[in-house]
Amino acid sequence: MRQFIQCIAEQNHHQTTHLLKMLREIQSRYHYIPGDAIEQLSGLLNIPRTQIISVVEFYSFFHLSPRGQYELLISDSITDHMLGKKDLFDYLAKSLNVTVGEVRKDGLVSLDNASCTGMCDQGPAGLVNGYALTRLDRSVCDQIAALINQQKPLEEWPSELFQVADNIYQPGLLLNQQLEQGDALKAVFRRGTKETLAELDKSGLRGRGGAGFKTATKWKFCSEEPQPERYVVCNADEGEPGTFKDRVLLNSYADQIFEGMTVCAAIIGAKQGFLYLRGEYLHLHDKLQAILQHRRQNGLLGNNILDTNLNFDIEICLGAGAYICGEESALIESLEGKAGIPRNRPPYPVTQGYLGKPTVVNNVETFLAATGIAVNGGEWFASIGTEKSKGTKILSICGDCARPGIYEYPFGVNVQTILNDCGAVDVLGVQIGGPSGTFITNQELDRKLAFEDLATGGSFIIFNSSRDILDMVQNFTHFFAHESCGFCTPCRVGTSLLRKQLDKIVGGHGSAGDIVELEATCQLIKNHSHCGLGQTAANPILSTLERYPEMYHGLTRNISFDPGFDLDGALETARRLANRDDAGAHLAQTESEHE
Amino acid sequence: MTNKIRVATTSLAGCFGCHMSFLDIDERMLQLVEVVEFDRSPLTDIEHCSNCDIGLIEGGVCNSENVHVLREFRANCKILVAVGACAINGGLPAMRNHIPLEECLNEAYLDGIGVENPQIPSDIELPLLLDQVRPIHEVVKIDYFLPGCPPSADVFWKFLTDLIDGREPSLPYELVHYD
Amino acid sequence: MSKTITIDGKIIPFQDGQTIMDAALAADVYIPHLCHQPEFTPHGSCKLCTVKINGRNCTACTFPASEGQEVLSETQELIDDRKKITQMLFVEGNHFCPSCEKTGNCQLQAVAYHLNMLDNHFPLFYPDRNVDASHAEVMIDHNRCIFCTLCVRASQQLDGKDVFAVSGRGINRHLIVNGESGLLKDTDLDVTDHACSVCPTGAILIKRTGYEVPIGQRIYDHQQIDQVSLATEHHKHDE
Repeated sequence: MRQFIQCIAEQNHHQTTHLLKMLREIQSRYHYIPGDAIEQLSGLLNIPRTQIISVVEFYSFFHLSPRGQYELLISDSITDHMLGKKDLFDYLAKSLNVTVGEVRKDGLVSLDNASCTGMCDQGPAGLVNGYALTRLDRSVCDQIAALINQQKPLEEWPSELFQVADNIYQPGLLLNQQLEQGDALKAVFRRGTKETLAELDKSGLRGRGGAGFKTATKWKFCSEEPQPERYVVCNADEGEPGTFKDRVLLNSYADQIFEGMTVCAAIIGAKQGFLYLRGEYLHLHDKLQAILQHRRQNGLLGNNILDTNLNFDIEICLGAGAYICGEESALIESLEGKAGIPRNRPPYPVTQGYLGKPTVVNNVETFLAATGIAVNGGEWFASIGTEKSKGTKILSICGDCARPGIYEYPFGVNVQTILNDCGAVDVLGVQIGGPSGTFITNQELDRKLAFEDLATGGSFIIFNSSRDILDMVQNFTHFFAHESCGFCTPCRVGTSLLRKQLDKIVGGHGSAGDIVELEATCQLIKNHSHCGLGQTAANPILSTLERYPEMYHGLTRNISFDPGFDLDGALETARRLANRDDAGAHLAQTESEHE
Repeated sequence: MTNKIRVATTSLAGCFGCHMSFLDIDERMLQLVEVVEFDRSPLTDIEHCSNCDIGLIEGGVCNSENVHVLREFRANCKILVAVGACAINGGLPAMRNHIPLEECLNEAYLDGIGVENPQIPSDIELPLLLDQVRPIHEVVKIDYFLPGCPPSADVFWKFLTDLIDGREPSLPYELVHYD
Repeated sequence: MSKTITIDGKIIPFQDGQTIMDAALAADVYIPHLCHQPEFTPHGSCKLCTVKINGRNCTACTFPASEGQEVLSETQELIDDRKKITQMLFVEGNHFCPSCEKTGNCQLQAVAYHLNMLDNHFPLFYPDRNVDASHAEVMIDHNRCIFCTLCVRASQQLDGKDVFAVSGRGINRHLIVNGESGLLKDTDLDVTDHACSVCPTGAILIKRTGYEVPIGQRIYDHQQIDQVSLATEHHKHDE
């Protein structure tokens, strides 16, 4: 091991910024991060061991104790559940003879949940040693169990297990673009960088991650910073459950995305760019590296790009399972090799980002759009969409519809049109923008996708009338409690409290007062949390409480109070040890049930 | 029946320290009994609550009997008050909460030093222990809280005189303490 | 030339580079806080110092003051929310004041007193946390840690060491120490380190000093935390 760690450290030039990369390699080789490795790495990198441990303990894909040689994770997104995840999960646990969350005695396999792996259009999905598995069913599970029990190396597993389809059903302005490598850069050099920024401004492009900050303004601010060293970061940490468009864009439009980053570099004067790729998309990594290499060979990356004096290159950094890293300042922390804890703002990344230097962070789709705009000009983009939301939006559509996949629409499209196109019938409602977004009911289907009405980063999950809204709310609320970084009090404690309070009500143990309490906790988290995660973590409850108050009240019992825990269950151990089961050895949950 | 305000008190998983502190109002007790009559309480030996205006609960909930007593108080008292640290957050008894109940009982009745005739007590007369000690606000609705270990005599006095005089009870800074 | 903001209508001067908290402390205006002490880089995690600026909630200890800001601090809404945030800190850990050596001198307790917090409001978590008494002179009771990182910052910024760090995610966050065994005894912590005396709660205690001050003479027995904070932190701030 000593040699292995030494080698990793050397390959990474003893740079602490590459800590995640090193830890990924160690985890992948030993299926955990051994204490000895931490000790050695701490010496080699000259950082305290606590700095390494705190990174290991932050990310879901790193472990301080051994996982199985085959680490199986099954996606726990609501869309996976709608496709039968629970049944499959139990089946898998049984056929592999492994307890969820644990390692089988022989150390061969471990099984656990993962937050949404971004395969919502082809779930139930999972990961084996980081590589995506799609369209799982019982027969595939049998196959996987057999391969594991035969200890077949992953490279020898049938490739169809790892097949990831694009499922582009409706391409539009951006997805129909046929561009040659370098088209956008040539256009920029022909037109001039200032002039290109003006076109970008004219295009009205706003960030596609959901927040919608005007892209040209962000780039302009960054370019005007006094510090000469600047960075371009592409946020491909697509973690919002129900979103998978960036996966498709990176699979089939990577050249245009890298080109958009290079255009940005030319405009803001950056020499280094990063693609922060979520760990769940490991399967794309080698392909993307090859594309970068190809671009270098073609003079589109590296020194003197297209024989101009532009020097710029792009590095791919993989995440390690933390939804919070989609928040731009947490992402930057992660790029620096740290736990993904959002920074205090101001300062914003455009003034102090990566390593404290001015940094532009944009979504994958934003760079794709920027490439198109660089080639075709601002008007090409601005002529489409609405007044405040120019251009098109690429949607990841999943849930209850005939054709889940990728759809591109001009902004301003109404929800009903989308539902018709993807073959959704008997719709109960749609979750727009993922768990952090908004739930709309079938009475609101004339609403429009646009920053003026329903803003979205691209997640569009459809529920038909056979679904229980509360399953969704519970799934989302648990998700936030799991993904809270724990930095600030309201989110750290509040998301766990919400989970507790909601489970109590859904479990049939709520009174009217519990709903008042639930809403009060929601408001507190929303108003006081440090970052967008906490500020939106209560949205699933708030948006459904507003729309279906009678559903929540229907769950509560007509009593003034119900205890916060299972009283009779709390006597279970004592009953067993005293060997009693008489009436006096039991407690009714509430007084009204008594005798 | 008199027109006096009826007050009941009890100690659940507590040490009666709050009751002792209550008695520390000393001669003010004479003033109090002018307007207050005690119902179920260790001070009266009345075994069950009748309809009361105020119920004072010391101690958290550690066993099934505590639950029954607490419910009797809630059913009979217009105003129910959590008195002292244990009622409010489980207090010192709740420091057993991180030890599994089985370990606690094994240590006390089976494996501990000096244990003779080792056996875990089992009798229908004995209340069973909850796996964790709980504050009373998790079992019934509580109207007021008097922190302190114990709350000082002045806390009791201020609180009760506020209520008796028809004021919304409040505790000034000097009277709020958790120890 | 002097620039000003207002806090609850009171005009407060500030200099460029100062946060709202800096300006407030310098002007003898107390805003409740636990994770902040003027001699360390602001952290902004406890959220007790949340104030409203132009309708938006901001963390006073990290948010830069700028000309003409109208800051609201002592509104009923913010006071109520601060109390709830404090209650959250109490329920997520195991805070049994009667058995804690820090009682009477504890800032968590004092802020709660200041906010007239009489109960925990929320269900208690009763987390299973350890005590590290391995060090000869200093102990950590993890039950009382609120993840303010003051010890982390004091160790780095004043002691020139790296004894502490906060690790884990979400509700599983926890304090770790820089020793091979993971225990305090194997770190280079010295009892004279600032990190040993900066803890606002009873999570880090110097052994054999507990209960030295009798009840009635402890820091918060007669003085509220606002007076104590302004008397001690204002001074540090000017240094």
